[in-house]
Amino acid sequence: MTAAFLVASAFLASAVEFVEALTIVLAAGLTRGWRSSLTGLAAATVVLAAIVAVLGPALKHIPIGALRLGVGALLLAFGLQWLRKAILRASGYKALHDEDAIFAREAEEARAAGSEVRAGLDWYGFTLSFKGVLLEGLEVAFIVITFGSTQGRIDLAAIGAGAALVLVAVVGVVVHAPLSRVPENTMKFAVGVMLTTFGIFWSTEGAGAHWPGDDASLPGVLAFVILLSFGAVTLLKRRREPALA
Amino acid sequence: MRFLRFWWDFVVGDDWRAALGVVIALGATAGLVAAGLNAWWLMPVAVAAVLFASLRREARKAS
Repeated sequence: MTAAFLVASAFLASAVEFVEALTIVLAAGLTRGWRSSLTGLAAATVVLAAIVAVLGPALKHIPIGALRLGVGALLLAFGLQWLRKAILRASGYKALHDEDAIFAREAEEARAAGSEVRAGLDWYGFTLSFKGVLLEGLEVAFIVITFGSTQGRIDLAAIGAGAALVLVAVVGVVVHAPLSRVPENTMKFAVGVMLTTFGIFWSTEGAGAHWPGDDASLPGVLAFVILLSFGAVTLLKRRREPALA
Repeated sequence: MRFLRFWWDFVVGDDWRAALGVVIALGATAGLVAAGLNAWWLMPVAVAAVLFASLRREARKAS
């Protein structure tokens, strides 16, 4: 159960980030040329692989209790950000994430930017793609390392993220447009729930407390976070309706 | 400075009070455990409180 939950969480969280990275790579490629955009993508991938390769094994030297406490706290802080935004989007307090609109804005900015060639590459296209992939990829690296290290299974988290990368890349090549039909807002909600669930679970263990039934209580924590989230959406919608009327 | 700003935005985001609430709740859990109480229930309760407080602030700002 925990292994399946780990792979599914890493897959979903990574897929959301890869969809966003794809939008930026497409905007750079279609407006500034594919060579600079794909070189930026490749350079960012190398940097990310180096980060995971260095940090992953280094974390094995930290005592598991301290690792779970630190990682759990980070996951919780990070997860609450996602969950809060997802709840605000679902209740109408924040605009929904729109991949088409983001693509249009990035493409417009890329068209308007001046032309500068460095190392034989269109520099704007290269840096747009590099920065976009690096920033979105850092979140994936963070998720793979934190999810995997707390359970001693970075390999499983990496499999989940790798599967998401392959799926998004294949669909991106086939569709050749922003993946606006992906239910990204729902996926972001699910990721917020999962990050928060893992964060509560591991930080509590890291603080020295023990869950009744150990790992078997993870589904219970998940159910609690889901109920909490839907409860919050319902309350916020009720609060918003009279204000709109 | 930009490096620190990036990591602050990445981990803490736009509501530092939520992150602070998490840290306080973790400290309280560790304290109760040290006092001999298996306080596994504290973090879920604290997360619920932190989340609702953060959402309330955001909803007030929007309305």
